[in-house]
Amino acid sequence: MQLGAFSIIALSTLFPSCKPKNATGAIDSDAAIKAYVPPGKHDEFYNFVSGGFSGQMSVYGLPSGRMLKVIPVFSVDPEKGYGYSEETKPMLNTSHGFVPWDDLHHTEMSQTNGEINGKWVFANANNTPRLARIDLKTFKTAEIIELPNSGGNHSSPFGTENSEYIVAGTRFSVPADDANGDVPINSYKQNFKGHISFVSVNQESGEMNIAFQLRTPGVNFDLARAGKDKSHGWFFFSCYNTEQANTLLEVNASQKDKDFIMAVNWKKAEEYLKAGKGKKVKVRYAHNKYNEEAHTATSEIKTEVTVLDVAELKDICYFIPCPKSPHGCDVDPTGEYIVGSGKLAAVIPVFSFNKLQKAIADKAFDGEYEGIPVVKYEAALYGEVQKPGLGPLHTEFDGRGNAYTSFFVSSEVVKWNIKDLKVLDRAPTYYSVGHLTIPGGNTRKPNAKYLIAYNKITKDRYLPTGPELTQSAQIYDISGDKMQMILDFPTIGEPHYAQAAPADLIKNNGQLKIFKIAENKHPRAAKGENEAKVVREGNKVHVYMTSIRSHFAPDNIEGIKMGDEVYFHVTNLEQDWDVPHGFAIKGANNAELLIMPGETSTLKWVPDRVGIYPMYCTDFCSALHQEMQGYIRVSPSGSNVPLTYSVGTNLPPKK
Amino acid sequence: MTTHRLQLSSKIMSYIAGVSLIISLFVPLWRIELDAPQYPEGLALQIFPHKLGGDVEIINGLNHYIGMQTLHADNFIEFTVLPYIIGAFAFLMILVGILGKRNWLNIVFGMFVVFGIVAMIDFWRWEYDYGHNLDPNAAIIVPGMAYQPPLIGFKQLLNFGAYSIPDLGGWLFIFAGLLLLIACSKEGNWLKKFKKK
Repeated sequence: MQLGAFSIIALSTLFPSCKPKNATGAIDSDAAIKAYVPPGKHDEFYNFVSGGFSGQMSVYGLPSGRMLKVIPVFSVDPEKGYGYSEETKPMLNTSHGFVPWDDLHHTEMSQTNGEINGKWVFANANNTPRLARIDLKTFKTAEIIELPNSGGNHSSPFGTENSEYIVAGTRFSVPADDANGDVPINSYKQNFKGHISFVSVNQESGEMNIAFQLRTPGVNFDLARAGKDKSHGWFFFSCYNTEQANTLLEVNASQKDKDFIMAVNWKKAEEYLKAGKGKKVKVRYAHNKYNEEAHTATSEIKTEVTVLDVAELKDICYFIPCPKSPHGCDVDPTGEYIVGSGKLAAVIPVFSFNKLQKAIADKAFDGEYEGIPVVKYEAALYGEVQKPGLGPLHTEFDGRGNAYTSFFVSSEVVKWNIKDLKVLDRAPTYYSVGHLTIPGGNTRKPNAKYLIAYNKITKDRYLPTGPELTQSAQIYDISGDKMQMILDFPTIGEPHYAQAAPADLIKNNGQLKIFKIAENKHPRAAKGENEAKVVREGNKVHVYMTSIRSHFAPDNIEGIKMGDEVYFHVTNLEQDWDVPHGFAIKGANNAELLIMPGETSTLKWVPDRVGIYPMYCTDFCSALHQEMQGYIRVSPSGSNVPLTYSVGTNLPPKK
Repeated sequence: MTTHRLQLSSKIMSYIAGVSLIISLFVPLWRIELDAPQYPEGLALQIFPHKLGGDVEIINGLNHYIGMQTLHADNFIEFTVLPYIIGAFAFLMILVGILGKRNWLNIVFGMFVVFGIVAMIDFWRWEYDYGHNLDPNAAIIVPGMAYQPPLIGFKQLLNFGAYSIPDLGGWLFIFAGLLLLIACSKEGNWLKKFKKK
């Protein structure tokens, strides 16, 4: 009996030491204070987070993790009428027609002299290859450009230190658009090519243009980073599947000991381009621009792109061997060190830009890969971080000589010193971290107070919501020697890469509060109630409608007939901050409109039956918001009900 | 009495007073600041000698709920006349400095004081009209409630707190009046006379 009791006690004290407990409890007591932003106070940083398969970009405040906005980019958003209003439909046009969804993986903020300038955020579409530019004065998608010759724009939208170029490297190599694509899939080696677009950015307007494309051997491009400071003029792309597998890639693309980081001398490419070495190739791609004065997007199909073949034109590209399917390929703030993160590698290789230059000058090559020189691994290597963790993915920098690498498999962030390659600290993530963000962590001047880890799995971290669980991010205070986790916060879609910038930089960038009604150049704007009208053009009826607290003008319309297409062009006459009006009508087969002060938006509506249709304002605009409503009378086709419209006094008058 | 010449200091003060009024032609005379829970940033109505400034359109938009008339500079004869009156006073004050006659100084000061009083009465009448002449069909009618802003100082009007104070031009007006007052009292030894009594 006594022995029995003893053995139970012994067992119960023994067991906890056998199976280590989950580290969930390891939160310091001051964590809450560090992440706490009192009500009414602003956060220190804006965080622009990719929405993954939601296709959108979300904006969070740091360190509170409070969501501020979801900016619709590549997916329709009925809440804002994005992709539903006549004005925004062209934004989602492609050479394949209207594409209402995509997969947004990475964000990139525009830079000047290697520092974030607060003008724009760029984002990539991973499915139907596109690149978007979000204007931070309006927090709206201002431009989307489709990328020809591409299949899955994953290696994007990384930029140079003055945003001269934003790159877009194809994940899938595919036959070029002008080649015959009707070929066997296993003819990959002969027929499939990689293409990397260098998209130039107008420094004033932000307008994007495909300056040139590099045609490369058929591999998969994963991530990329531009050189900076001393390495400005170079770009580095991680490549995997150098096995050129085209089925069961998880096995067949994991055979080689080393894949590549492709170093691109883009200044050299520019020289070739100037010398007329580029080949004009027939393609089809959409270029969509949103005009802020007309509040309207236009889509143009372009038909030509200039391609430079890097196997023919020497000195543009060099392959650096990099262990096992590299994901991240990140350049430190000095521009000297290039960190490769092989997803299946046991070490983190750090390459030296100086050594790479010397290796190229000395022709320290290990043969060629499809016509591209392969630099000797040791000739470009600065050193390796030994036993860093399992499954390195992506690295950001703090500007204090340290690097932070995410480890998907061992689910942790590892801080290490770039000079001596020693691991300094480890912090667990919950769970399976993908990308990391330090505000400005990819620039010459990181603002390294916080590090955010974007996770792929949450499991037990939050209240469960059935089979599909929330996605999440975690914030670490990295101002001290040790990383300290201070907050978990849920995110939309699936977060991949994100960037962050000091709040003041974005707040003081000339952000708009309203659109000036006097500058509204929408062709069907009604800039005052006296301009409100209803015009019939055949079976199309155009309603020039105004909204102001708290009524529409007109709010009575009669004489609409079955077979008509009705276009409500609603202008919000308000000139006051934070007074949007909404517009919705019964039976509309699309969405609502959400119209900012001074803006004009158009909803197309095709009535499907005779009767009276209510319409109303959907955004609680004032104490009399619930009174902001109206009626449309729909008569049979061929009816002789005259077209009338009114506000205040019903028309036609009662008999 | 009429032959009394002004001291140099009084002349200078007259000049400064005149110049102050000239400046006041270009800056707002008065401001009514409005605060409400929904307007943490505040709204301001600025009254210039020749126009209304500040958030006029926003205030007009809000006032339609209570049936207040919309504010339009065209509806006020004051905005046509005021610049000329101010200009005339500026001219007269500079003239006092040039002529250097004490009785001119006293007369101009007297006229200026009368003008100030009349202007404030006019302003009050104007505020009364706007605050009381409300559209009987207004959405919000609070029995017995009027929305006359304060002539000067603070008053709560439903969810809005209204704060009425001189703006830069108003202070320049007061400054000019004070300068003339000092000049007059120095010239006339008002202080001594007052003490003797």
